[in-house]
Amino acid sequence: MADPASLAGRAGSLADDAGRLAQDLQAMAHQLSFQAATATTGPVGGPSLVYELTIFVLAVFVGYHVVWRVTPALHSPLMSVTNAISSVIIVGGLIAAGPAGFGFSKFIGFVAVTLAAVNIFGGFIVTQRMLQMFQRKK
Amino acid sequence: MSENIAAFFYLVASVFFILALRGLSSPQTARAGNLYGILGMVIAVATTLLTPHVVSYWLIVAGILIGGAIGTYIALQIQMTALPQLVAAFHSLVGLAAVCVAASAFTAPQEFGIGVPGAIERASLVEMSIGMAIGAITFTGSIVAFTKLQGLVSGRPLMFPGQHWLNAGLGALLVLLIAIFVASGAGAVFWLLLLLSLALGFLLIMPIGGADMPVVISMLNSYSGWAASGIGFTLSNSLLIITGALVGSSGAILSYIMCKGMNRSIVNVVLGGFGTEGGTVVGRAGAADRSVRSGSAEDAAFILKNAGSVIIVPGYGMAVAQAQHALREMADLLKKDGVQVRYAIHPVAGRMPGHMNVLLAEANVPYDEVFELDEINRDFASTDVAFVIGANDVTNPAAKTDPDSPIYGMPILDVERAKTVLFVKRSMASGYAGVENELFYRDNTMMLFGDAKKMCEEIVKAME
Repeated sequence: MADPASLAGRAGSLADDAGRLAQDLQAMAHQLSFQAATATTGPVGGPSLVYELTIFVLAVFVGYHVVWRVTPALHSPLMSVTNAISSVIIVGGLIAAGPAGFGFSKFIGFVAVTLAAVNIFGGFIVTQRMLQMFQRKK
Repeated sequence: MSENIAAFFYLVASVFFILALRGLSSPQTARAGNLYGILGMVIAVATTLLTPHVVSYWLIVAGILIGGAIGTYIALQIQMTALPQLVAAFHSLVGLAAVCVAASAFTAPQEFGIGVPGAIERASLVEMSIGMAIGAITFTGSIVAFTKLQGLVSGRPLMFPGQHWLNAGLGALLVLLIAIFVASGAGAVFWLLLLLSLALGFLLIMPIGGADMPVVISMLNSYSGWAASGIGFTLSNSLLIITGALVGSSGAILSYIMCKGMNRSIVNVVLGGFGTEGGTVVGRAGAADRSVRSGSAEDAAFILKNAGSVIIVPGYGMAVAQAQHALREMADLLKKDGVQVRYAIHPVAGRMPGHMNVLLAEANVPYDEVFELDEINRDFASTDVAFVIGANDVTNPAAKTDPDSPIYGMPILDVERAKTVLFVKRSMASGYAGVENELFYRDNTMMLFGDAKKMCEEIVKAME
């Protein structure tokens, strides 16, 4: 039964298996560390620059086509409403002003939030005022 | 809220922003569009507040309350004639906010997940410096535009020798500094970059004259969008990237439309130096002794009442004189007498795109009586009276006939084709372009000298 030759063969294949397993493990660990590294690059799961560029370019096209359809009579409201929505930069200010404690970065985050808030409220309200004037008169 | 769910809500907010712009395609859907915009903003802010990055709220609430109160107050107080300077001021705030966020990301990168102080990822450094530079240029550029529009400084272009070389040199230096900053990540370079960008914004807008302000405002509108996009890249935030791109392309299109309305290239506008304060006639020899037919309010009332159709051509001078309400009263009386009254708007009437339409709408002029240049220009030939009030350069036939004129090639309203042209003007002075208008000397032209508002009121009185 205990054939030394077959035993040695089995031991050899076992060693091979173990080697392959180690390789797999190493690959997995590598992958994991890569994922961990990319996960820390950004708050939204860290999309790559190319991915962000894709979004950017497509959004420019959307903007181009939507804005050409805006009637010239409403170009002033267009400007004030784009002004208001560009204040979505408040998102950056919120993240900066959000952490516990207090420091320089938190302070300028607060400044950013305040400035953007002026713009958001001011921009939307002034747009609303303008658009109300464009209601059909009886 | 997990990052994935947050990303989903950011997408929802982006869609609402697109719908907000889409709504502006007609006056009927525009107000719904504005509500979409507000909704998108609420979603964006709420989503960010619920992410794990934000744990302390008091400072945020304080900022939103202070800023919101100031913004609300300003927006409710502002006169519609002052709209251009308001928008310029708002652009500067977006620029400064972008600078603040970039500076915060540089000093505390761990909060934004882009590294630790002193060891920020290279890609983030690139995006951060570009976003910050555009933001800073928007900030100081908009302040210069604001002071010019508000009349705090002269609208005349401020030029000095070697200006363009200086700007080009500073632009090149800016690129070099960004490269050094990305390579070193040094704080000193970052602040130097900020100072340089602030100076550049100031120098870029300074030489541009008052007449070109519609283009400048549109351009700064575009810049504020690109700044937001730049910050979006820094924070890897798709909402900021999308919104910035929408605003950026919107501003770019408006700049293009304004340039076309003046037949100027964007390069030409940016290089500046065009236009005067208005008031000096660069007259050709012999112009002075040509005769001008001037009339009174009673004459004008008589001509208008006996006309079958009237096209009113309002310009910025009408807005300055606050004549829009008196003008609409005059139009109402004419309509009651069965006269067809329409308004023709030149693309660059007013100080910002669409400004004149808002001013007329404020005076309760129905928007279906207001037409753009392309829609109404061929109707002048079949119109009895063209009533030009506070406009000058946009009616000057020299734009079509005189290749030497500075406004040659500019699309104009063909008022000279109408049977009679009435010009309400304070004096014979030229417009912004500093060119004489030969239309004043034509046989079918009658000049009505006086303040636009007073003249309209007197015409109304004479008609009653």
